[in-house]
Amino acid sequence: MTIPHKKAPNKTLQIRPSPHISGGASVEKIMANVILALMPTVLFAIYLFGLAALVTILIGTFSCLLTEYLFCKANGKPSSISDNSIIITGVLYSLTLPPGLPLWMVCIGGIIAVLLGKLLFGGLGYNLFNPALVGRAFLQAAFPSAMTTWYPAMNADRFTSLPLSTLTFPFTTPSYDTISSATPLAAMKFDQILTDSSDLFLGLSSGSLGETSSLLILTGGIYLIARRMMRWQIPAGIFITVVIISTITHNISPNTYPSAQFMLFSGGLMLGAMFMATDMVASPITAKGCFIYGLLIGVLVMIIRLWGGMPEGVMYAILFANAVSPHIDRWTQPRPYGYRKTKS
Amino acid sequence: MFSAIIVLGLLALTFGLLLGFIAIKFKVEGDPLVEKIDAVLPQTQCGQCGYPGCKPYAQAIANETADINQCPPGGETTIIALADLLDREPKPLNPENGEESGKTVVYIDEQTCIGCTLCIQACPIDAIAGAAKQMHTVIESECTGCNLCIPPCPVDCIIIKPVNETIDSWQWDKPNAIAEAKS
Amino acid sequence: MIKNLFKFPGGVHVSQFKDLSIHEKVEPAKLPSKLVLPLHQHIGAAAEPCVEIGELVLKGQKIASANGYVSAPIHAPTSGTIEDIGDYPIAHPSGMSAPCIVIKPDGDDKWIELESHASDYSSIDPSHLRNIIRRAGIVGLGGAGFPTYIKHNPGPDGSVDTLIINGSECEPYITCDDSLMRDRPDEIVCGIRIIKHALNAKHVVVAIEDNKPEAFQAIKKALADFDDESIEAVQIPTIYPAGSEKQLIYTVTGKEVPQNSLPINISIVCQNIGTTAAVYRAINHGEPLISRYVTVTGDIHQPKNLEVLFGTPINELVDQCGGVKGSVRRLIIGGPMMGFAMHQLNLPVIKTTNCVLIDAKESKAFKTRDFAMPCIRCGSCAEACPAGLIPQQLYWYSKSQEFDKAQDYNLYDCIECGCCDYVCPSKIPLVQYYRFAKAEIWKRELEMQKSNTARQRHEFHQFRVEREKAEKAEKHRQKKAALQAKENANKDDIKTGKEADPKKAAILAAMERAKAKKAEPKNTDNLTEAQKKLIAEIDAKRAKQRNAASQAKPTNEDSKDSNNS
Repeated sequence: MTIPHKKAPNKTLQIRPSPHISGGASVEKIMANVILALMPTVLFAIYLFGLAALVTILIGTFSCLLTEYLFCKANGKPSSISDNSIIITGVLYSLTLPPGLPLWMVCIGGIIAVLLGKLLFGGLGYNLFNPALVGRAFLQAAFPSAMTTWYPAMNADRFTSLPLSTLTFPFTTPSYDTISSATPLAAMKFDQILTDSSDLFLGLSSGSLGETSSLLILTGGIYLIARRMMRWQIPAGIFITVVIISTITHNISPNTYPSAQFMLFSGGLMLGAMFMATDMVASPITAKGCFIYGLLIGVLVMIIRLWGGMPEGVMYAILFANAVSPHIDRWTQPRPYGYRKTKS
Repeated sequence: MFSAIIVLGLLALTFGLLLGFIAIKFKVEGDPLVEKIDAVLPQTQCGQCGYPGCKPYAQAIANETADINQCPPGGETTIIALADLLDREPKPLNPENGEESGKTVVYIDEQTCIGCTLCIQACPIDAIAGAAKQMHTVIESECTGCNLCIPPCPVDCIIIKPVNETIDSWQWDKPNAIAEAKS
Repeated sequence: MIKNLFKFPGGVHVSQFKDLSIHEKVEPAKLPSKLVLPLHQHIGAAAEPCVEIGELVLKGQKIASANGYVSAPIHAPTSGTIEDIGDYPIAHPSGMSAPCIVIKPDGDDKWIELESHASDYSSIDPSHLRNIIRRAGIVGLGGAGFPTYIKHNPGPDGSVDTLIINGSECEPYITCDDSLMRDRPDEIVCGIRIIKHALNAKHVVVAIEDNKPEAFQAIKKALADFDDESIEAVQIPTIYPAGSEKQLIYTVTGKEVPQNSLPINISIVCQNIGTTAAVYRAINHGEPLISRYVTVTGDIHQPKNLEVLFGTPINELVDQCGGVKGSVRRLIIGGPMMGFAMHQLNLPVIKTTNCVLIDAKESKAFKTRDFAMPCIRCGSCAEACPAGLIPQQLYWYSKSQEFDKAQDYNLYDCIECGCCDYVCPSKIPLVQYYRFAKAEIWKRELEMQKSNTARQRHEFHQFRVEREKAEKAEKHRQKKAALQAKENANKDDIKTGKEADPKKAAILAAMERAKAKKAEPKNTDNLTEAQKKLIAEIDAKRAKQRNAASQAKPTNEDSKDSNNS
């Protein structure tokens, strides 16, 4: 014997929790804007390095896309490529590579970037590190010489032929047809040759695909900041520390340590500060946390650049800071309303 | 050679003594594990786990003679809490012990009750009031829904009543991302 | 006076949509065929009906009385007959029913004789004022419905620093306070002065968002008539949730209400605009709270504000406003940011119903959240949170049901304003996660308490059963021991022949004699020697056995005792 239940409510209208309206922001839109902001840099890379750049970016992006697509399919999950985030990863990853890198390496790096950097952590939103940098870090460790062989910019036949190394047969050592040039940072570090800062700013120098034109990267970054899709605190923190530390060291010993503008506009600093460090998933949440995170990256970059064995340290600096960002979040919790220390 | 042996031996002895001393000095008193397990159990004292009450079941879990998935009234929540507490993998409720059902209480049909006091003796938490040859009644606010009073009743006057959701006890569901995506 | 305003952290700028309903003139809602008055229209205990089915009631007559301190009475909004007292669907997101009183209006709308017409409130004692407000059933009309008279207690100091009148109405679509301020600024200002008197407030600030310039001017003009310098009207920036009590207090005073505390503890009281007008009606006209302004808006042909009697079904309001544009998808009671979606249209308006918002299937104003993406930790939510929380972390811990951690991140300081949800690019239903987590924590707390009582009761039950057993055993043992002692005493006496007590000995001797007399069968009188010898032998054997038994028994008892103890 049981007592009958109260009548079940007659659900005729749609029940949704509040709020019933929502702002226009969406993940897809944010990601699409980041891609848009990257476009000038991509186009400039193609202009500088020609077909090599085009092919590398296409293959790099495509390998990332395909990895994600196949992974989702294999695991029976709905495909997550439509949120555009994987395209950013792919493009960013490609932009960190030197032109003329064998395409099979580009492919492997892309797979590693997405698989190790993103999917194995649980996909979008769960990755601890910036996937593009994970891919690059892997290549740097696995193929150090290929990753530091720079194809010179503005080759006359860049639009008609690919560098020989690009089409190296998989798992063989690439051979280079042209004498590789040094990046401005390496030239400074090992040979004390300074590249002109205005050349650096405009990007008429050798280096990775996307680390050449500070001007275009800045333009893209400022666009995103203006659209409130990027935390200005992160690049600001990086730039401030880089400028302060390099100014001090430059004044102490102008011959060994380059000036602030050289430090700012050379190497991957711009691209890293604007597009890598600002990866929302791997950076802190609060504005204060973002600034601290930026400062940390700046300090790490300077330590590696000035006193480390490598000419460039942006990648490792960002990866380290990524690892610290959950802790930064914990330290920089805002004070909730009503928890003010009473002045009494 | 010899000195090395002596030095190493002395070192071993020193550290051994140190470890022994620390082991005695900082001995962690036996965890009141049974109490902790008991605190997680729903205290219906229903015996569906095969033990005569929550405490004996807690004891059995602590002795590792019982599994953590034998408590139907506690259901999934309790199993997860136990798994957390004991650092084990949560597992589904053992169907041999019963099914997780909604919360119920019992009440006594006062017309039929003959006042035999059998249910009063069966109630593990003294939530039935009454005297011999007097009509009994369940203190509903205290009833845990263990249903232990039902089998002894000779006239079947004890009735199970589901605890209905009221406007005050109603609460929001946990949002479900997949359901959100589908709708 | 207010020199500068303070900006609380976070908040969002939402599209207002207030133009929809503000231009139409406010009109009274048509008298419906039936008024359904829920007994629970406020925070606190539900009112108790004090009328019977079939009874005739007049407009303003009390039909349910306050039940306890935090409660409010309910009055008949019009004259008519009590048709039913029972469960009817009410405006609650669960879609469940609750006890209501149903009045069938007779159409005469005849007022009961009103008790007081105070023309000069300043002569009335504040505590008496509070009583009138209490009897009038006035509760906060801003949305929460907290009984007003409790708020009008100035506390131990006998005065409050700042009385803030909340005319900000920060939710989109809602314009009922706005039109009330435009229509009845004088009543509002009178009400403010009454409340100021009741609270003995030093300053009064009427805070109006700067998207309501007409209302601001109207109030300002009404204030100018009174020439009271301690009351001022200020325009505050339009940003959601400026009208939330805590945020408003910060905007106006720069003070924060400490956690787990009330504004009165920092000598501030907040009142809604609508409440002030109701207070004026209660004090100056003796009218109880029986109607209010309700904004009927959204996908409706003629969105406008209506003056609605409590208990009027919402579908009749919608009809009066020209009906729905298309077919109804959602009915929201309250604003789009914090309002609740309801299951059906046939629900009564209650004291806290400020807005009826209709969302039609054909419209796109109300985004249907159809796809929740993973959180990308963009931090927009933390930027938007007016309570200074990290919604992202709260979401994370609520989702994984790690409620301890959610509480470490101050889950209970969340005001459920919906800002984080509004800005979330992943469209995660954040507020619902917080509501779920809060409710679940309460539920578990309650279950924990219940299981603790059950455990205590069980332990006591076991103790009681043990004790009863022990008591029984003890009684048994005592009885036996007494018996044994008696027997032993008898035997000892026989054996030793000692007479400890002459009296006892005499009784024993008498008993022995009687026994001997009784026991001695007649057939032993003339027995042969052999027979006598046999009898003697048997007697001796019996005595021996008895002796042995009597020696063994006490030791048994002893051991039992030690066992028991």
